[in-house]
Amino acid sequence: MSAVIVITPRDNVATALEPLAAGRTIDAGGVAVTVREPIASGHKIALAKIAAGAEVVKYGSPIGTATVDIEAGAHVHVHNVASGRGRGDLPAGGVVS
Amino acid sequence: MSARPGFDGFRRPDGRVGVRNHVLIVPTVVCSAVVTERIAAAVANCVALPHLAGCGQLGPDMQVTHDTLAAYCRHPNVGAVLVVALGCEQVVAQMLAESARQAGKASAIVSIQGEGGTPKAIAKGQAIAADLARDLERVTRERFGAEELILSLKCGGSDYTSGLSANPALGRVADRLNALGGATVLGEIAEIMGAEHLLAARAVQPEVAGRLLRVIQRVESEAQALGLDIRGTQPSPGNIRGGLTTIEEKSLGATHKAGEDSPLTDVVPYAARIARRGLTVMDTPGLDVESVTGMVGGGAQVVVFTTGLGTPTGNPIAPVIKITGNARTAQTMADNTDLDVSGILSHTETIDSAAERLLAEILAVCSGKLTSAERLGHREFAIHRRNPTI
Repeated sequence: MSAVIVITPRDNVATALEPLAAGRTIDAGGVAVTVREPIASGHKIALAKIAAGAEVVKYGSPIGTATVDIEAGAHVHVHNVASGRGRGDLPAGGVVS
Repeated sequence: MSARPGFDGFRRPDGRVGVRNHVLIVPTVVCSAVVTERIAAAVANCVALPHLAGCGQLGPDMQVTHDTLAAYCRHPNVGAVLVVALGCEQVVAQMLAESARQAGKASAIVSIQGEGGTPKAIAKGQAIAADLARDLERVTRERFGAEELILSLKCGGSDYTSGLSANPALGRVADRLNALGGATVLGEIAEIMGAEHLLAARAVQPEVAGRLLRVIQRVESEAQALGLDIRGTQPSPGNIRGGLTTIEEKSLGATHKAGEDSPLTDVVPYAARIARRGLTVMDTPGLDVESVTGMVGGGAQVVVFTTGLGTPTGNPIAPVIKITGNARTAQTMADNTDLDVSGILSHTETIDSAAERLLAEILAVCSGKLTSAERLGHREFAIHRRNPTI
């Protein structure tokens, strides 16, 4: 059983199915990725570099925007991804960056 | 899956089919809620519907309260209705009793002011409820096809397992039930946000897709009008601990429970009658109990509730089936869990196999098997409020 699941080929993140230790290299749907930091089960890991402002894609659809450059193998979560929906705190049509 | 799936339910005079045979004890207003609970506690097969509204409400907010209570009075899981009034409230007892009568159900009214206080109202109510319950014992279960069902699709306490296991399994069941001619209902508009393009593409007409997008736009604009960030509640703190980062991610996982190819046939207001086969989206908030209350009000006879972290929510009149794809939760929340599909993520079971077990469980529950929520007495009920109490 793989340590992570990649849901669609368009995705640039995978979901950990077990705790991932830093330094470990995992097989993510045929792509080898080295884990940069500890990632809890159920949390996401970047499969490739995601530049600040780029879409984070899971289930084949965007789930938000990277707020900083995210390196391959990094933990992808609320500290480096922002939602673009239901954001009354932003100007109308405001872009998260 | 087996051929011609069916269940043993109750044919009602208006042609609808129920899966439970309750006497419903309905308070018109919060002031009569305790009396309804005392009556229901004394008589077998009676359930109370305590709520916090019924007076001090204006316009559409009042209408939603009345319509929700009336919808429960007409519901096919209810065989007879006793309305308990205070006597001076806004919700009109006669109108609720009339809703039950129009659906062919026996109904009666007790007024606390009319009877002269709590003890007398309880005594009279218990006597009437006992008569109604005795009459309902004569109604027996008959065989029906699964196409008679309206299945409510719900998730709550979601974590990363929900979108990968329990929701896809429920989605297969939803597609199967809709293909048989049955109906499904999905609520929680905020949790469609980010996945609406997938549902809109399945709309039977552009007009239906347009209504879905307008309802979602309204929820987003409500957050914008308040100047608030929906991230304060979506995803919830528990969702975030579980690995869900944004509402878009949560919605994409949540929407799997509505299947892959069922047509989106309708978009309806809160607790409004679900009148079309296929998938209906109902305009409900994301709070679990308000959402389930609305979907059951719309006519769903049974609810399947997927959960990652585990949750106790039930409903007064409809069985709520709990299913989890999280192996740890299946153990730690075993008392609140009906079906464990964690084998999907450990690769010991396929999604199709889990879906087949889930459909069998739904049909068994619709034939009378009790759910965990029913065994534990979970009867949560909360009517969505659109405005503050005046």
